[in-house]
This record gives sequence, C-alpha cells and structure tokens, in this order.
Amino acid sequence: MTSVSVIDSVSQAATTPDTPQPYRELGLAEDEYARIREILGRRPTEAELAMYSVMWSEHCSYKSSKVHLKYFGETTTEEMRAKMLAGIGENAGVVDIGDGWAVTFKAESHNHPSYVEPYQGAATGVGGIVRDIMAMGARPLAVLDSLRFGPADAPDTRRVLPGVVAGVGGYGNCLGLPNVGGEVVFDRTYAGNPLVNALCVGAMRAEDLHLAHASGVGNKIILFGASTGLDGIGGVSVLASESFDGDESAAGRKKLPSVQVGDPFTEKVLIECCLELFGRGIVVGIQDLGGAGLSCATSELASAGDGGMHIDLDRVPLRATGMTPAEILSSESQERMCAVVKPSDVDEFLAVCAKWDVQATEIGVVTDGDRLVIDWHGETVVDVPPRTVAHEGPVYQRPVQRPEKQDTLRANGSAALTRPSGAAELEQTLLRMIASPNLASRSWVTQQYDHYVRGNTVLAQPADTGVVRIDEETGRGVAIATDCNGRFCELDPYQGAQLALAESYRNVVVSGAEPVAVTNCLNFGAATDPGVMWQFQQAVRGLADGCVALGIPVTGGNVSFYNQTGDTAILPTPVIGVLGVLDDVRRRIPTGIGAEAGETLLLLGETADELDGSEWAHVVHGHLGGTPPKVDLAREKLLGEILIAGSRDGMISAAHDLSEGGLAQAAVETCLIGETGARIILDPDQDPFVQLFAESAGRVLVAVPRTEEPRFTEMCTARGLPWRKTGVVDAESGSLEIQGVTTLSLEKLRQAWEGTLPRLFD
Amino acid sequence: MRIGVITFPGTLDDVDAARAVRFAGAEAVSLWHADEDLHGVDAVVVPGGFSYGDYLRCGAIARFAPVMTSVAEAARGGMPVLGICNGFQILCEAGLLPGALVRNAKLHFVCRDQWLRVENTSSAWSARYEPNAEILVPLKSGEGGYLADKSTLDELEAEGRVVFRYVGENPNGSARDIAGICSQNGRVVGLMPHPEHAIDPLTGPTDDGLGMFYSALDSLVAV
Repeated sequence: MTSVSVIDSVSQAATTPDTPQPYRELGLAEDEYARIREILGRRPTEAELAMYSVMWSEHCSYKSSKVHLKYFGETTTEEMRAKMLAGIGENAGVVDIGDGWAVTFKAESHNHPSYVEPYQGAATGVGGIVRDIMAMGARPLAVLDSLRFGPADAPDTRRVLPGVVAGVGGYGNCLGLPNVGGEVVFDRTYAGNPLVNALCVGAMRAEDLHLAHASGVGNKIILFGASTGLDGIGGVSVLASESFDGDESAAGRKKLPSVQVGDPFTEKVLIECCLELFGRGIVVGIQDLGGAGLSCATSELASAGDGGMHIDLDRVPLRATGMTPAEILSSESQERMCAVVKPSDVDEFLAVCAKWDVQATEIGVVTDGDRLVIDWHGETVVDVPPRTVAHEGPVYQRPVQRPEKQDTLRANGSAALTRPSGAAELEQTLLRMIASPNLASRSWVTQQYDHYVRGNTVLAQPADTGVVRIDEETGRGVAIATDCNGRFCELDPYQGAQLALAESYRNVVVSGAEPVAVTNCLNFGAATDPGVMWQFQQAVRGLADGCVALGIPVTGGNVSFYNQTGDTAILPTPVIGVLGVLDDVRRRIPTGIGAEAGETLLLLGETADELDGSEWAHVVHGHLGGTPPKVDLAREKLLGEILIAGSRDGMISAAHDLSEGGLAQAAVETCLIGETGARIILDPDQDPFVQLFAESAGRVLVAVPRTEEPRFTEMCTARGLPWRKTGVVDAESGSLEIQGVTTLSLEKLRQAWEGTLPRLFD
Repeated sequence: MRIGVITFPGTLDDVDAARAVRFAGAEAVSLWHADEDLHGVDAVVVPGGFSYGDYLRCGAIARFAPVMTSVAEAARGGMPVLGICNGFQILCEAGLLPGALVRNAKLHFVCRDQWLRVENTSSAWSARYEPNAEILVPLKSGEGGYLADKSTLDELEAEGRVVFRYVGENPNGSARDIAGICSQNGRVVGLMPHPEHAIDPLTGPTDDGLGMFYSALDSLVAV
C-alpha cells in the first residue's frame, strides 16, 4: 500500500519559512543553503532541496575544480579546436576524424562505489560512461578501464580486485562492447581508495551529433529504459527518514545499498533502441540518467534548451512503493535515458521502444518561460530556474599550498640506492622486475574481458593501445590508450601529468595512429587539503600546457576528489586518455616481433640515468623520491611523426613503447607477445643497468624489416631523432639474449611474467 | 545461398556472424526473435551473446522465442543450423542437441584464442576441414563447460558426434575436452568457440573459422 503523506509543495514551502531542513546531512554548507533560499525567494521544498544538494555536490558541480579547469579552455587555441565538434560541458567531447565520421570519447571515475561494492561499483561505472556516449548520438564502439588497487598481496585487494574485474567484464561482456585496453596498477596509497576509471569511445556520422537540448515549446519529454527505484539514493534517504514517519511499512527500504545495481541486458537493449531512434531522426535532444538521476537530466536538458520544462513526476514508472518526489528525483537507478521528442513523432518513438521491449513514458513537455516546474499528483513540488541547479552551483577557490614535504621528497633521489652490478645480479633483477605486480602480465585480468565482440578490434591488450575499426569499407578507425604514472605525479604533479600525456600519446603513435584529442580522469585526495589542491592545480596546468605543445585539445574530463584515507591521499593520478586516428587500420603496427622474417631492433630516443620514481626503485627498494624523468614534448611529437610515416610506408613491423621497467620490460614483452626470440646488444659506453631499467621518456623499441632498415634510419637521422641499432630478432633461438648479461628462454620469461597475477588472485 | 542470422534481445555477435556469412560468399538474412518466418533461408546461425540477459539460465528463455519453433522444425527437416556460444546453449535448451553448458571451472569469464581439433569432418558445418585439422579460434564465455551424462557422452563419441575438441589445457572444464557437437544427422552443430571471429587475420587470430561457413555452403550445394 502506498502511504499518502503530506507533500512538501511549493505553496507549503512559501508559507512555512521556518521549517527546519536537513541540508547539512545532505552535504550542503550553511551558505549554500542560504543561497538556495535567496535564489528561490523562499525555503526550498524537500524535492528542491534534494535536487540542489545532489547537483551542487562535488561530483556533479565541480565546485572545487572549476576555477582550475577553466585553464583548459583558456589554453586551447583555434587551431587545436578546429576538429572539435563538441567539447567540455557536453556529455562527452566529439572530434571530426575525417570521411564524415565523428568520434566521441570520455572517461569517468567510479572509485568510491567500487570500494564499497566492487562488482556493482565497477559494473555501473561501465554502464554510466556508455550512456554518456549514447547521449551524444553515437554507437559505443569499445571500452577501456584504468584500475588501481592497494598492494597486490594485501587482503583487501583480494576482495576488491576480483570483484572489480568481474564487474567490468560482467557488464561490458553482456553489453557487447569490446574491452580493448586500460591499466592495472598497484600502490599502497590505493588501499581503501581503489580507482576505477572507465572510458568509452563511440562513433557516429558527423551530421548525427545529438546534444542534450530541450528545445521547441510543446515538445515532449520521454523517459525510457528501466523503472526508477530506491537504489543509489545515498544521502537523500535522510529526507525520507526525517519526514515520512508513515512510510516505514515499506520494510527494508532503508537497508538498500547506496551503490546502484546494474542490468547490462537492459542497457544493451537500450543501446539498440536508441540507435534505431537516432537512425529515424526522431530525437530532438537526449540525456542519460547517471549521477543525480532525474534531477540532473531535467535540469540540464531544460537549462540547455530555449524554454522551460514541465514534468509530471507521478508518471515516472517506479519499482518501489511509496517513493517520495525527492527520492524519485535523486534515484540513480541505472539504464535510463530521457529524450525530447516532437509531438508528431511520439507515436513512432513509442513504437520503436515497444519493438525493443523498452519501457517508455511521456513525463513532461517543453514550455515557454524559463522555469523547471515539477508536479506530483497535481501539486507543484519544484519550481526553479534550471540553470541555478545545473550550472550555477557554488564555485570555490580552495586554498592552494605547495606542501613542505615536497622539497624533502625531491631531495631524496634514488642515486644512493644500491644498484645491481654484474651479469648475475642484472639477470636476477630482470626476472624479479618482470614478475613484480605492476609489470607482470595482465592476462589474468584481460582474459575476463571480451575484446572480440563486433569484430572490429584490430589491436587490444597487451598491445600499447586499443585499435578499433569504424568503417569496414575504408578501414578508417581509432586508436585509444590511457596512462598515468602516479609516482611521477607525486614527485612533480606538473611534470607527472605531462609524462602521463606523453606516454598515452606515445602508446597511440606506436600503432601508427595520429593523435587528435585528449580526455582525462583526474583522481586526487581531499579538495579541502591545500597540498592536494596544489597537486591538482599543477597537474591541470601541466596537462593543458602539454596539450598546447602537442597541438591536440582536451575535449572532456572528469574529476574525483576525496580519494584518501585519513591524512593519506592517493598518489595524484591524472589518468590521461589519448585518441588517435588511423585512415586505414590495416597499416597498424603490432606490438609483438616476429611478423616478418629478419627484423632489426632499433631503440628510438635517448636513455639517461633516470631512475627516480622508477619501478625498479619501487620494487627493489620500496623507494619514492627525487625528480621524475625529463619530458620533451617536441621530441614526443617528432617520434610520433616518424612512427606514423614509418607505418604509412610499411617500414615498421613492430613497435613497443618504453615506460615502467624500461628497455628490459619492453624487450621481454615484445618477445613474449610475438612469441619470438631476440638478441639485444647494449651500448658499451653506457651502464648496462641504466640502459635496461631507466625510465627516460620519449623512447620506443621498433622492429624494422632488414630491407627497410637503411631507409628508416636515414629518415630518423635526417629529422634529428636519435636512434641506436640495439639488436636483432632471432626467431630460431626461442630465447631473449641480452648480450653480455644473460640468455633467458622465452618459456622461463613467460613463467615469470605470467605467473604472478594468477598466483595472487586465483 | 541465403543464411539466416537470428537476433534475440541481448544477442551480441549477430553482426559478426552476418559478416562471416558474407565473407564466405553467401547472403546474410537477419531473423528477428519474435518472427516465426524464416524468410526462405537455406541455413540458420544462432549467434552468441546473452539472450534476454541469460539471467535465468543461458538460453533457457530464448528457446521459447517464436523463431526457434521454426528453426527446430526446419532442423528436423535437415536444414543446417549452427549454434555458436549462446547459440549452442540455446540449441541444447531447445533439445536440438544433447547436454548442457555450465559455468567455467574457475568461475571466470574466459576470452582467449583457443586451439581446436576438428574430429568430425562429415557434419554440415565441418566438411571443409581436413580430418584432425587443428584450428585457432577465439573462445569467449563464462558458461562454456559442456556437460552430459556418461551414456550421452559415450554415445556422442561412439557416433562420431564430437565435432570439435579443445587442444591443450582445457579452458573451462568441459567434459572430455568437448568444444562442439552435432546432431545425429550431422546437420545441427553447436560449439562454444567463435568461428565468426576468425575470418580475417586483421580482426581475429586466423581465418580458420571460415571453413565452417564454407562447409555449410558445400552441404547445401550437395543437397
């Protein structure tokens, strides 16, 4: 039985100004609450309070990051903007990739839910980002996931990691989207604060771009997809418990988890339904329902349109009894979308939904005027200027202060650490390194993800980048990679963000793709900590300045603060995603050697004695301090141009970027992935340890067919890119020989590299 | 030659199956789960995915779809039918093939390139292969362990109805390493691995899977 309680209507709110309201419990500060009263000229109703509190939360309003994020816009030049069809502020950025195709991509964090409930937290993270891509009118093509956990052998990691991986796989596999890449990183700072960043990329014909606009007076608002329930309501349950004594008959409602539960089948059907609706041209505007549910969707649609909006909230199909307007507006039930449709198209719209068994309900209409009005059984419970909910939330200039410990950290370099010397110690170090949790094979994780579905995956993990074909006729496709080295960011957040950008960029160019756009997922500690805000500010500036140097724009992003336990914040982790274009995916460069008989190995770039913050210092000495490797973005760009040219002319048969673990790691991986042996000849004039384990940026190991070697090396020399012939592919040997150091059979290397994660998590 | 590819709500690999049909030189015809009409196709592929979400039991609901009534009838009349992954599960649920598919031994979804041995080269979907040919095809499933009682397994072996067998480490705990089986008349074949994802070395490990689609075309010409 639905209990009928006294509804806190607008008219009631106007006459009862002194009713105490639980704004603090909802996360609103005193002055924020006062501002809401000022905007409305009265106290908010419960429903309005619920809307403002979720929309003005850090997650939805970017209130602490806004002042810094502006820097992206300020630094983006017209030239960088040239290919952008939609940028920051839309559901996802969109870039023109040629031939009439547009590509949209975005990453989003689902960190806190994944700690509470790893499977559902990760699953709904995938679901949410996929709907963001659909909301642009695109067909989702692929997902990547960037994951970080506490120490690999920590008991809680055994709880969190398998659940997160199963959740990413369980949702993505059932949704039918290939998972083509991402990261898995372990560090003690992520214990209690795992990071689950999901990225989705989608494609559409450029003319089909859909934006979240509720325009055209008289157009209908249709809610479609799943029913609305009590899941994911979080803080708003405060309202229910405080105000609705009569409603306790709905037994157990307060015990519902605040983490949402995903239903990937419903989302798969919703995708196909949406694409058919887009194809028929009967969608004026569309918005997904994610964080903040209907509060977000209605206020964003209304404020982006040219009029107001009227919603009859009692029409929303519910799956729980006795839900209050505030709960309905705040519910984060998954797999829902909201569309704006012309009255003449409503019947066709509903018919398409019926074909796919998707529930669809007309819940409102676009009105003239500029108010968002929401009625509940004939009584008005919300009457607000929508922009004040969606876009004009509080903006904070949080204190920013470089932490004092930064100098100590910088001064404590790795030079004093004992380095291995002699062949035996180097061999032992190599075997230990490749088996360490951050360098070991990720196949225990990635084998749980379908990377084949839809038949367009050209490269996927363990390749440096995922490559997906978009057009079967022409072979046009995209490459996408995500990266971040949090330790480098801890040492220097500005440079660390640029190193993350450089590595992600390099991962894309090693496939032969041309980078065109950048997205980010900025994961940091508490915004109230001036030291954390300094890290954030520095990382944003580093990234934005880096993008200017590379000439590609940031088209979107996501911020996640408060990833910390007590005073211990996570390593600053600005995960950077770079999108590249291949005019024909058939020319992609694979990661493993052995594709051609007779290949020479060349090391492009220069190796310096850069081991501060390296994986070696971490694994062998548990050390973090000093100065991160130099970053030279002009060099990265040149490296990219050479790899792209090499790919076009068929001069490169394999390429693998050097990053964590240095040359040793890259050589082992390229052999094992290609199932082919090789011989590495080190430079007699440089310390073998430095050559093998330093993490200098701007380096790529390439294999070139012997016949192409002169042409390729001449090109490098002519364009000023340092290169060194560093070995040969030796298909007969079945081993990796590092001359003068060791010869290890591929079998032995494989056991070391692939054994670690199964041993920890099976 | 027209080969139908069924789409249920939740089917994922229908576009891939249709592409494989085209690569083999036939016309791919989309069949909708709610439509009994097979639109005059000469053969049917029941592709992979998670039909109706597979929340109850894989394939348990799909077998009741109107299109499956027609497929079952056509299969009994000798029409070649191939069930891939979820399609295999559906054919088992529909009683067109014996046995059932259960969760993988390690309880994880497994996506990897898998070697298979072709042990029956007389079925409608395997005649193109050399006897005992080893082929490399993607496997991607969470409930791929083939299970049947001993007498059924013995019967399948005795009648030569184990069409594909896993080579090397058993990926999912399948009884007797069975990857795919066929009906008594050899016209209906079901397997867990995905031949439609091995039709082009650009997007798959090999083009070894094409042989299944060529086999079906051969068998249709032979009739």
